[in-house]
Amino acid sequence: MIVAEQKKLDEIIRMIAPYERVLILGCGTCMTVCGAGGEHEVSYLHNALRVAQAKGGNGTHTISEYTLKRQCDPEFLDMLAGRINDVDAVLSLACGIGVQAISERFRQLPVLPGVNTSFMGMTKEWGIWDERCAACGDCRLAETGGICPITRCTKGILNGPCAGTKNGKCEASKEMDCAWVLIYQRLENLRQLDSMRRYYPPRNFRVIPRPRRIVTKAAVAGGNNG
Amino acid sequence: MAKSLFEEKLYSREFLVTTEIGPAKGADVSEMIHHVDLLKDKVDAINITDHQSSVMRFPSIGGCLLVKERGGEPILQVTCRDRNRLALQADLLFAHSRGIHNVLCLTGDSIDVGDHKEAKPVFDLDSVQLLKMARTLESGTDFAGNQLKGAPQFCLGASVHPEADFIEPQLLKFDKKVAAGAQFFQTQGIFDLSSLRRFMQYASQFNVKILAGIIVMASARMAKYMNENVPGITVPQAVIDELATAEKGKGLQKGVEIAAKIMRTIGEEKLCHGVHIMAVGNERVVPDILEAADLVSVRA
Repeated sequence: MIVAEQKKLDEIIRMIAPYERVLILGCGTCMTVCGAGGEHEVSYLHNALRVAQAKGGNGTHTISEYTLKRQCDPEFLDMLAGRINDVDAVLSLACGIGVQAISERFRQLPVLPGVNTSFMGMTKEWGIWDERCAACGDCRLAETGGICPITRCTKGILNGPCAGTKNGKCEASKEMDCAWVLIYQRLENLRQLDSMRRYYPPRNFRVIPRPRRIVTKAAVAGGNNG
Repeated sequence: MAKSLFEEKLYSREFLVTTEIGPAKGADVSEMIHHVDLLKDKVDAINITDHQSSVMRFPSIGGCLLVKERGGEPILQVTCRDRNRLALQADLLFAHSRGIHNVLCLTGDSIDVGDHKEAKPVFDLDSVQLLKMARTLESGTDFAGNQLKGAPQFCLGASVHPEADFIEPQLLKFDKKVAAGAQFFQTQGIFDLSSLRRFMQYASQFNVKILAGIIVMASARMAKYMNENVPGITVPQAVIDELATAEKGKGLQKGVEIAAKIMRTIGEEKLCHGVHIMAVGNERVVPDILEAADLVSVRA
């Protein structure tokens, strides 16, 4: 899933300053799971902004709140139509995709990001998320024992560890596991070390020209059944 | 014909000595020139580091030009941290055109350990791919397969970490560097000769030259700092304790003694094919180390 962190309150206050009527818009999927912008967080943020406003002179806003099931999907955006007529801006607590989906759909409406979208990750334990995929468009997990060097090695290198690894940790941070140590150990267990002995050429960055688009067969006329 | 003076020595000398100079932090290169003049006739080649520890400095290639101008033999250190494959190839072509043919191919330290922590890390290639790319240029095409007008020639080196606490993946990568075209290796710092002996038992199956990295420590404090902060360095406690016995103000002298002692043993016992002295900011003491190590008979 997509993992994000809510922006600091003072940054949010500065962002919404020019707008009187602000709708805080939560997102019911990834942002709810990672606790950055679900229904709860919308409500907490609403309260925090009210308290900050009461404390002192940051202008007077009329704040409303709502949480969509998914902001990144056009079919859910229809549900917003009635709610945005009487607001001056939307403070979206969706990932960057949700913010842009709202922005593309409602062209006259300023949309502000309330979270910093961080990465694609998994839940390590409650409250801890770890990045696991860089969406590189050229998955090589079959060759690396199911551990991604592009995501988990700070240099994203392909032919084995650098000399900076110490006690199984990365030179960039003593908290971070060296991906290549993990890969070596896992491949050894699987008796697949030969796949690490192979030479891997440089990555093909052409598979990720930005922005990317995927067109499935189903979307092509007559492409439904292969 | 040898591709460089250093390559010629690589295959003819009994025991090689190289050292390195860290470029200036700024446009004033007078101290670098002083160090080049001090060292150029005492060693077989001088490496110029490439933003060592990810700290922005005068460029390696500029330092190598200075070495050439002063009549020395440079080794260009190239890391993959700051340049993509276009820039790296261009630098290699430029180096060749200026008579710089010795290249040490490195992945490069993480941006996080340096002084521009917010910079974008490039790492378009790694050290193995960089070696491959240099060899591809020599064959007359660029890394995308396009024909070159004039092919460069290089004597290629790489690094290896014989004292790594988990040696197997390092050896696996060493194999790949040899296969990709490395002719010589300058190792990470060696403190424990038994790990060098073990490594050489392994490395001797390959036709490559190994120069043991010798780090000159200026104090016990510096050794501890390096252990904590410099990638690829593990100074054993025994060495730190020995440095700590030095009188106040005599730490560097002790560091010189320690370095010279290791070098002398490596030379006398011919544990490998040479040494690479890393004085880390104290380049001026390299002649003292050479004198104390007394490698004259070994190098004859």
